[in-house]
Amino acid sequence: MKSKEIYLDHSATTYLDPRVKEEMDKYFCDEFGNPGSFNTTGLRAKKAVDKARKTIADILNAKPNEIVFTGSGTESINLAIKGVVRANKDKGKHIITTTIEHHAVLDTCEYLERYEEFEVTYLEVDRDGLVTPEQVKKAIRKDTVLISIMFANNEIGTIEPIKEIGEVAKKHKVLFHTDACQAGCSQDLNVEKLNVDLLTLNGSKIYGPKGTGLLYLRKGIKIHPIIHGGGQERGLRSGTENVPGIVGLAKALEICQKERNKENKRLIVLRDKLVKEITTKIPKTFLNGHPTKRLPNNANITILDIEGEAIMLYMNQYEICASSGSACTSKTLDPSHVILAIGLPYEAAHGSIRFSLGRRTTEKDINQVIKVLPDIVKHLRSMSPVNLEVKDVLGGIKND
Amino acid sequence: MTSAEKDNYADVKTKTGKEWFYTDVVKKHFFNPKNLFKTEKEAENYKADGVGIVGSPACGDMMKMWIKVDPKTERIKDCKWQTFGCASAIASTSMLSVMITEKGGMKLDKALQIKPQDIVKRLVDLPPRKFHCSVLGDKALREAINVYFEKSGQKDRVVRQGAKIIDKQLKITDKDIEEAVLEGATTFEAVQKKTKIGVNDKSCIPEAEQLIRFYREKYFGPD
Repeated sequence: MKSKEIYLDHSATTYLDPRVKEEMDKYFCDEFGNPGSFNTTGLRAKKAVDKARKTIADILNAKPNEIVFTGSGTESINLAIKGVVRANKDKGKHIITTTIEHHAVLDTCEYLERYEEFEVTYLEVDRDGLVTPEQVKKAIRKDTVLISIMFANNEIGTIEPIKEIGEVAKKHKVLFHTDACQAGCSQDLNVEKLNVDLLTLNGSKIYGPKGTGLLYLRKGIKIHPIIHGGGQERGLRSGTENVPGIVGLAKALEICQKERNKENKRLIVLRDKLVKEITTKIPKTFLNGHPTKRLPNNANITILDIEGEAIMLYMNQYEICASSGSACTSKTLDPSHVILAIGLPYEAAHGSIRFSLGRRTTEKDINQVIKVLPDIVKHLRSMSPVNLEVKDVLGGIKND
Repeated sequence: MTSAEKDNYADVKTKTGKEWFYTDVVKKHFFNPKNLFKTEKEAENYKADGVGIVGSPACGDMMKMWIKVDPKTERIKDCKWQTFGCASAIASTSMLSVMITEKGGMKLDKALQIKPQDIVKRLVDLPPRKFHCSVLGDKALREAINVYFEKSGQKDRVVRQGAKIIDKQLKITDKDIEEAVLEGATTFEAVQKKTKIGVNDKSCIPEAEQLIRFYREKYFGPD
């Protein structure tokens, strides 16, 4: 990262924590062994993987043989969903999820609907992005085999009631997977407390290495692999283990969880300042996502009358890196499905900006955003023919 | 390049823009747009001979153009604009405003001929999937000129592009298909998802597919 750059896109990806890098370093050139080889080089690598597995299992309150290492969060999600529903077809072909999941979940579900004749119920969320346990309960059918609901949303930061949804799933004997990729840094990941059967995490969002992921898989669950080959990871994920990646993933999670309470408090102060200052200093702006049940580092703000990409690029001139839910930054030219799902009309969805804070974010950074953003907005609004009102945009939904 | 690759933002050429996704000319016009109103008051008091608006904030791009025309020479004397949209939308409207007012102003007949490609050429280049942004600029200008014709008693010169109905049940026109392709729906499936074309009127599918290929090649180059 350039020294002056103010990076506020931690939900996209994080830098590698130097402590994680240090832990990984020796597994590139020195301890390069294949954990599957029965020689001393291989055994030392196996030991490193076993240790990482144990570290992660302890954090999740799981057993080491319930952890499967993969190549990304997306892969873990694919394994969790495709793997479980294919292996449990005799029970039924119905899946429950929400409209605000990451595309890794949504596109996997759509694939299963289209090519493998599964039925999927997409639960709608409220204005804050919340889904309720009651909604889940209502959607459960006799042939429901899996519920997959994200722990925390990547765009608006809303934290879902996972524990309560887990209770419902348990009571109805339906398997429950949660995509916890955005929650790894700040939330308690105790799978027993959360009542989850499967949980996805990845390295690139928790100051760990990219190209790493894991799936917690409760013992006894029937699942098919999606990658076949040498039978690594108890046959569930073939391919030579990414030893430095696995070591780094464990170390990254360990640091996140150890420092989480202190860091959460620090981030909440900064984030609240950012939200308060922007929404009071700039007219016609409002926060998206739940006001309190949200990730400590997430501020998603809609700025009316102007378009997200333009705002982002102007901010970039001041070396501020944020992201936008605008159509222009997506591949589809449609605005964010999450912003639309919480009920904002298209014209407002195009002007949503996400700031996601992180370990290196300081108060100075936040002050700089607050300093430059009002003028950027003023400038872009002066050349915009649009003049919307907050009350018209939010309509009858709710007026914050 | 396949059309799937062209849809990919990461594949956008950087050319001289280095870390920037747009060319330097786009960047220049985006950060220093030309022919804007200086103040709100100027906008209120501006006596335009023609005003054109296209798009809507809901679809992500909206443009408004004001023009002043010299009735004797039929040249555009002055032009102002406002745009809701991304960097390329802003830059392309700004560039269009320069094109029609430079060198003593462009003649109306010539201004009516401006194509999206002409604006893109002056911007050096735009990512293919951003072409739809500049298409709006020339439409807004054409509308502003039409309004001028109407106001100055030259109704016979008003040309509004007609549209041909393709899907007879849903009344979907060739223009609707063009719009959909410009918005990134470059396959029949994608256009159908957007417009519901051919869902009921299956007889229109072959013609629709042909049109989609035509517009895809027109805006995104040959397959």
